[in-house]
Amino acid sequence: MRPMRTALAAAIAVSLAPGITLAANDELVIGIGQYPEGFHPSLFSHVAQSLVLGAVRRPFTAYDPDWNLICMLCTELPSLENGTARESTNAAGEPALEVDYAIHPDATWGDGTPITTKDVMFTWQVGRTEAAGIGNQELYRNIEQIDVHDDKRFTLHLDRRECSFAGLGDFDLLPAHLEADAFAEPREYKQRTLYETDTTNPGLYFGPYRITRVEPGALVVLEPNPTWWGAKPNFERVVFRIIENTAALEANLLSGEIDYIAGEDGITLDQALAFENRHGDDYDVVFKSGLIYEHIDVRQDNPILKDLRVRQALMYATNRQGISERLFEGKQPVAHSSVNPLDSVHFDDVPKYQFDPARAAALLEEAGWTELRDGVRYNAAGERLTFEIMTTAGNRIRELVEQALQSMWAEVGIDLRIRNQPPRVLFGQTLRQREFSATAMFAWVSSPENIPWTTLRSDMIPTEANNFSGQNYTGYLSPEMDDTMERIRVECAPETQQALWQEIQTRYATDLPALPLYFRANAFVMPKWLQGVTPTGHQNPSTLWIENWQSTE
Amino acid sequence: MAHYLIGRLAEALVVLIIMSFVIFFLIALMPGDPIDVMIASNPELTPADAVRLRALHGLDLPIWQRYVNWLTAALGGDLGFSRNFNRPVFEVLLPRLGNTVILLGISSILAIAIAIPLGIIAALRPHSLADGAVNLFCFAGISIPPFWFAILLIMLFAVTLGLLPAGGVEPIDGGGLAGRARHLILPVAALALASLAGFTRFMRASMMEALRQDYIRTARAKGLTDRRVVIGHALRNAMLPLVTIIALDFGSLFSGALVTETVFAYLGMGKLIVDAIFGNDFNLALVALLMATFVVLIGNLLADVGYAFLDPRISFRSLEARR
Repeated sequence: MRPMRTALAAAIAVSLAPGITLAANDELVIGIGQYPEGFHPSLFSHVAQSLVLGAVRRPFTAYDPDWNLICMLCTELPSLENGTARESTNAAGEPALEVDYAIHPDATWGDGTPITTKDVMFTWQVGRTEAAGIGNQELYRNIEQIDVHDDKRFTLHLDRRECSFAGLGDFDLLPAHLEADAFAEPREYKQRTLYETDTTNPGLYFGPYRITRVEPGALVVLEPNPTWWGAKPNFERVVFRIIENTAALEANLLSGEIDYIAGEDGITLDQALAFENRHGDDYDVVFKSGLIYEHIDVRQDNPILKDLRVRQALMYATNRQGISERLFEGKQPVAHSSVNPLDSVHFDDVPKYQFDPARAAALLEEAGWTELRDGVRYNAAGERLTFEIMTTAGNRIRELVEQALQSMWAEVGIDLRIRNQPPRVLFGQTLRQREFSATAMFAWVSSPENIPWTTLRSDMIPTEANNFSGQNYTGYLSPEMDDTMERIRVECAPETQQALWQEIQTRYATDLPALPLYFRANAFVMPKWLQGVTPTGHQNPSTLWIENWQSTE
Repeated sequence: MAHYLIGRLAEALVVLIIMSFVIFFLIALMPGDPIDVMIASNPELTPADAVRLRALHGLDLPIWQRYVNWLTAALGGDLGFSRNFNRPVFEVLLPRLGNTVILLGISSILAIAIAIPLGIIAALRPHSLADGAVNLFCFAGISIPPFWFAILLIMLFAVTLGLLPAGGVEPIDGGGLAGRARHLILPVAALALASLAGFTRFMRASMMEALRQDYIRTARAKGLTDRRVVIGHALRNAMLPLVTIIALDFGSLFSGALVTETVFAYLGMGKLIVDAIFGNDFNLALVALLMATFVVLIGNLLADVGYAFLDPRISFRSLEARR
């Protein structure tokens, strides 16, 4: 009996022994759902990575929480008006641009080495080397030449004239003094970069914090960067704790293991709504809609759906406001085009389709679907008004929306068949190779002022001939839209830009290559004592302003 | 015995090579590739970038050529890089394997240690109050969904009572052995319950069967005490079916712990394999599945060795003949 008693006593003692922690106000533990794929800023592109890197690095330019482009590492946004951007010609004699930038005078890497134009040149070299494996190479390829004026000032010679020249957010600066050796063999750079082999090297970072510890799959620890030139951050330590199960994430918050669930990579909307109802007195739950655009792609060559009147009827037959209110308590605003109302280029006066089943029925009649048998419409040729919808199997919210659509569309005589697939099959094959027969519900992630080039342009329709590249899965063919998108890239006068953006959104809402549903909202679950966190809703995460975060206790 | 073991290990090697071929082809045949994941998360990535990256990573090569490249590198000791972690595959796998072995090891030992006496108690007095209580416990254990029980444990011990951590492998600041032990209590309890209930039912049934055998009657007729009859004679024979079940359980070493690992954010192999497959991390998924295969083979080998020790009628020579 004695050993049993001893074992029991030991178990209780172990269970009651507290862990070692900093004082609550000095430390912030953030719960996120995934571990970053890597820490190199341009080799990887991942939500968790951008959250962590937002606290330890600063891009040249970024969109602020009000969706305005601002300088972070630079001193002034270039513009044609103030002469820091100038029209020129490229090596082939075609219209091009020269753009001046200056690095912040106090900008310094975490090891004390000043950030200079040497780093700019090195980054450009890495970015345009194909073997290095940088994801988004377009930006680096578009830079024809860089003129270095001194340690802090340089001029980019862009090989084309594009109106979006002022944003340099994807030019992720790399420390030449540390990374040059790793880049000696570009093919091995991805494995040899210090961001992966020596992640806690202070010289890799230049934000308010720097990474001081990583436990792959479990946590990333940040501590203040003594060489940071901006406002001193308020927490002595910030820990990103990775908990991949959303129910466990919530339980960890309630048990005090984590302080805050980041909305960029946290719990689902339905979970957050339930959490707010149960624990709204103890936590602030902030919902921020953003650039994740939920919609239904419609195949333009489907025999039934190629008729615009049928697509319009689908819009009128869908009570999107009702879906938003019943399923999302109105937190996910209804979309009328692919451009979010928070985006500066948003145009509100596009054709809108309010819920109107009578009008939907009239449009279907007009399109020839006149005969009603057993609640389903048929045309004169005896064809049944039926088609399929696909979405990601296992996504509970999308599956609920599908059921709502099935029921709403049945009211006007449409027989909707649901055929869902696992995400990797849907995205990896069915959409990519355009194997869906009629409609597919999913989301696009974009960025502010993003021209929907890859999803709407005629030459972006995936085919075997182009090796299934492009994301125009609907097969939308519109020479007018192609022309507008081409013009919006190069005609930069503000009034022209405004007119062209209006045209893109109006044409989108008129032609209906996709049926807009709503903009997805992220839920940020914060303790009452945490202040200063401002969700952005776009690709630049809230951690870019982490020095403003503070505890009120 | 040595001859037998060498033979079985050689067999395992052949199985592993065949499995590497099968797993590689199955993974390669799945729709999507790592570049699709990059495209989905980066709206700025152009189709030209996707084509370039596929060529750079050899994803545009025929499957057989990719397999030959992988096998050549693997035989040279290079198992490749994990895409999800951008680290060598082994560097990612080994700590996870260690964590799962600890979790599964402790929960299995705990389950066996409790199941054997419970099964014996129930078998000795069938249809008694004790038997009824054990059966009720077993059916509850088998019926309760593991993920629900895990959440229940978290809500009670972590959220309501605040006695134990809700998840993770260890505290943020380490915390030594005690810290790790505290983080193991709830996942071990959740995982042990499911195995415990099953093992107890098997133990009860096989013990009841053993107690009906002639040699038990003989032993009792010889005047042996109940304790010696049960422990010395019946238990050894009743253990044989249990060993089979435990050996089969090796197959769930990685997959069975998935739910527990997910709910408790415990960094183990089960979750790693699933994430690797869904995240198009080909190298990691391939090597992890091969490792799972290897552990199952070793588990079965240990079970065969266990039979020989438990049952004198089974010799290594006869095992070898059975091969």
